[in-house]
Amino acid sequence: MMQRDAALSVLADHYPDGIVVPVYQSAFDWMAIRPHPLNYLCTGAMGQASSHALGLALGCPGEKVVVLDGDGSLLMNLGALVTIANAAPKNLVHFLCYNGEYEVNGRFPVPGGRGVDFAGIAQAAGIPNVFSFSELEDFEDRVGEILRLEGPVFVVLAVAQGTAYPQDYPAIHSAASRETFRQALRERISSSA
Amino acid sequence: MREAAIETADRAAPVSGAAIIASIKQAGIGTVVALPDIVTCETLLWPVTRDPGLRLVQVCKEDEGISICAGLSYCDERAVLLIQHTGFLDSINAIRAIAVEYALPVVMIVGLQGMEADRAPAESDKLGVRIMGPIMDAMQLSHSVLDQNDDAAAMATTIDDCYAASKPHVFLVPRSPA
Repeated sequence: MMQRDAALSVLADHYPDGIVVPVYQSAFDWMAIRPHPLNYLCTGAMGQASSHALGLALGCPGEKVVVLDGDGSLLMNLGALVTIANAAPKNLVHFLCYNGEYEVNGRFPVPGGRGVDFAGIAQAAGIPNVFSFSELEDFEDRVGEILRLEGPVFVVLAVAQGTAYPQDYPAIHSAASRETFRQALRERISSSA
Repeated sequence: MREAAIETADRAAPVSGAAIIASIKQAGIGTVVALPDIVTCETLLWPVTRDPGLRLVQVCKEDEGISICAGLSYCDERAVLLIQHTGFLDSINAIRAIAVEYALPVVMIVGLQGMEADRAPAESDKLGVRIMGPIMDAMQLSHSVLDQNDDAAAMATTIDDCYAASKPHVFLVPRSPA
């Protein structure tokens, strides 16, 4: 099984400067692996990342929007998969880092542990392009192609905890992070207009 | 704008759904994020679906809508969230964090399902209706009643203010629009 930070490093190589909405430990890893003003760090409430991302994707149809969700988070907002499938944003790619536990809340297992078929749930919700990876080489072979697909796309990354990156909670709730993203997005949109 | 007192003896005709739609469009709203509510479904949500100037995003649960409106706001896209007060109550944590603490322009139109016709929301027999005002006050969340056409006419200014100041607001709908 691949380590999360290794998988995220592969993603960063293929997606160096686009919008990313990461959550919790994936966010802490991502901030270290790919620090960037277009990281949308402040999702506010657990489970909401994919819904923020849907708003961004609908509001900025010319920009790719990537979500780095967690399994505990997605379980809090499973209906979002149906909402996303129904809204059908072509520019949204939803990655799920599936480790079977609430990693930042005591490493307690999520309901269902590693036995939840998130890919099946996404398919049943109507997401047209669904992938699942547990080996880094397989993910590395396909990630470029996946990022070029028309969305919505859902990708399960079965991962183990990798390097323990610092849990910078102030950054994922700070007004400065929100303002940095806002300015960066405005600059991106104006430069691509 | 009137806050909560709704006098019933001389109560004017209810706000029309058309007046609400006209006002939100005047305020630059392009997207309505919604989950059906019996108070507003027939005369507001269904007309939204037929309005080519508005995009409807249906959600499965109301807190999704808080986040969708937040995401849209970063793209300078204006939206309103059309829900029932039960959904508001279910979404308090998302509203607390995303709309209030993050100070984002999340504008909600909230139907007071079960609201009696002969009294003000604060005097409702329905606990869920009665506690809406105190909860919004405790959350420091501005709110106003959307009951008559004058209220609808004032919506555009309130929405403009929300986006100018980056702050949330709740419009409470105590009875079905005409």
